[in-house]
Amino acid sequence: MTRYSRRTLLKAGAAFAGASAIGSPAILSAQSARIKIGHLVPLTGFLGAIGSYAQLGVKMAAEEINASGGIMGKQIDLMSEDSVNPATASTKAQRMIEQDGAVLLFGEISSASSLTIMQVAERNKKVFFSTGARSDALRGKDCNRYSFHCDIPNTVMVNAVGTALNQKGMVKGKKFVTLTADYIFGHDLLKAAKSFFSANDATLIGDELIATDVTDFSPYLLKVRQAKPDVVCCNLAGNQVTNLVKQYAEFGFAYPLVGFNLNTGDAWAMGEGNLSGTWPTVWYHALDNPASKAFVEAFSKKYGKPPENHAWIEYITLKMIAQAITETRSTESDALIGYFEKQSQFDIMKGRKAYFRSWDHQLVQEAYPFTVKPKNEMKDKWDMLVLGEAVPAAGAELESIYPTKTQNPCNMKA
Amino acid sequence: MQFGFLLEQVVNGLVLGGYYLLIALGLSLIFSVGGIVNLAHGAFYALGAYISVEITKYLGFGSAVVLSPVAVALLGILFERFILRRFYDADPILSLLVTFGLAMVTEQAIRIIWGAPPISAGIPQALRGSVFLGDFLFSRYRLLILAVVAAVLVGVWLLLHKTSFGRVVRAGIQRPDMVAALGIRLQPYMTAIVMLGVGMAALGGAFFAPITIVHPAMGAEIITVAFVVVVIGGLGSFWGVVIAALLVGVVRGITIHFAPAAGEASIYVLMFLVLLVRPRGLLGERIEKFE
Repeated sequence: MTRYSRRTLLKAGAAFAGASAIGSPAILSAQSARIKIGHLVPLTGFLGAIGSYAQLGVKMAAEEINASGGIMGKQIDLMSEDSVNPATASTKAQRMIEQDGAVLLFGEISSASSLTIMQVAERNKKVFFSTGARSDALRGKDCNRYSFHCDIPNTVMVNAVGTALNQKGMVKGKKFVTLTADYIFGHDLLKAAKSFFSANDATLIGDELIATDVTDFSPYLLKVRQAKPDVVCCNLAGNQVTNLVKQYAEFGFAYPLVGFNLNTGDAWAMGEGNLSGTWPTVWYHALDNPASKAFVEAFSKKYGKPPENHAWIEYITLKMIAQAITETRSTESDALIGYFEKQSQFDIMKGRKAYFRSWDHQLVQEAYPFTVKPKNEMKDKWDMLVLGEAVPAAGAELESIYPTKTQNPCNMKA
Repeated sequence: MQFGFLLEQVVNGLVLGGYYLLIALGLSLIFSVGGIVNLAHGAFYALGAYISVEITKYLGFGSAVVLSPVAVALLGILFERFILRRFYDADPILSLLVTFGLAMVTEQAIRIIWGAPPISAGIPQALRGSVFLGDFLFSRYRLLILAVVAAVLVGVWLLLHKTSFGRVVRAGIQRPDMVAALGIRLQPYMTAIVMLGVGMAALGGAFFAPITIVHPAMGAEIITVAFVVVVIGGLGSFWGVVIAALLVGVVRGITIHFAPAAGEASIYVLMFLVLLVRPRGLLGERIEKFE
């Protein structure tokens, strides 16, 4: 057996490092014929389930763009990885920009990870589209010039569900108990919920902050019963929502369960007859408009199931990015930011078109409250929800459900 | 009133402990007899849940909770015969690596077969709702789980302490060399123990599928708690594991009652305290081959 001395190994290593340093400019120029885009989404942990839908949507968008000749004749090179947790998300984002040559980044569902990627984007002066994170703070006090936000914020989800609950007389004078995800997203949602309760004469008599990795909610459910509320309100996220709803049905409490956050993927995983109450959504595959129908059909044909709202949001985001690059003929951050800050309108498969608001970079769009379809009316297992009227109501300004400039403390450094 | 609520948490904790027990007891048995730290144990729990959801679609929940553990126990034969058997006398780090690898392979296999998104599973209508004893509330479904755990526990205890099979297994834990000298091959016993262990894990998965999210990583989520229970209980002790599982469930419930933020940390604090006072765990025995 040949044994290499430590010194030989060291020399070989140095030679290899040297060669790759000389070689790298050549590699870069050879690859500039492609547009490299970095995509991060949680595929493990409590948001991994919905993250897996996100990845299907982004893959489909990239394949469609490449099949139709790419962007300005250049193919997209999509690098899609598991963001894991806030620290890893930040490390991977930095690596994608620095070593892999990503011209921009997008993705993410966790508000905590999104925040760390936003900081990487600002430091490197690269654009980042945060697709699935819903915390108000990201578009408010933590906003920055390089970050755009595609999903509806917590305030809009509270407004969408709150309007529907108000109409049913479930808010005024009622006692609420909330169960809240214990990280930036949940804290932020609780804040929005609290201001809704106090504006509508409801009282919050109990709140439980729950760690994101909790799978057994029974001790919390016993505490809910102890508090004797009129309505129980779920401010949880990802797998937590599925677990809570399943166990809530198991205990069979009489207090109605409603929630300010739910993703269709979480609802699909809950099992028959477990979900009830009123919840918000950003998009649903049964929306009746031509663009949405075409997308749902193509997606179902490719994957054998309808798109979840994260598949949709990743799909439309990559399409918007492609449109921006094509029209500005540039992948430079300043050009792209300028394009979106013009408040260009996009068809995002909803009744009304959407645009990124220039001063806080969030996508202003319709949202929908929904209730649950009775089992005998379901066409298939995906057909679970009955959408309510879009909010804001027809004729009202889209921005009327969004925080105003005085309510939203976003100050971007130029 | 306050006391009543606390009592509710204690009883609820006992039920949860019973569920941890289904997973931890097999882990403990496999380690005690074979000296193998089975990091793939959670994978069998996940398989139990997935197979049970599949069977429920065709034959109903009742058949599913019986057939799924049986199917997984049969997989356990292959697991013992072709993988574990090569590692009984090897460096423990090797068995750790191979079972860790198997856990990952199984998780990915589940992704390939059933897809990455969680699959839907619900409780049969008849088992929903709560039972009230005065002001005392209980989930009907969890009462059923408690009854099943108690039955399994009695069964395993009888098997280990009242049969010749059990005598050989217990002797094998303490003095495998003596058992061999008496002309008894431990290998078939080991196959049976692995079948029993992974079968119990699958039973836990089958019963918990209707009330927790069924997704590929569910095995990795349960394995940590199961290890905590085994470590607190002490190796080689049947009752140690039982007491530890119930203790972990109750401590978590009571902590969430008074200080919710500390709920998930409480079981690790408990482990730390127990190990400070009793390094072999609550009822851990001195086992020659592991010292």
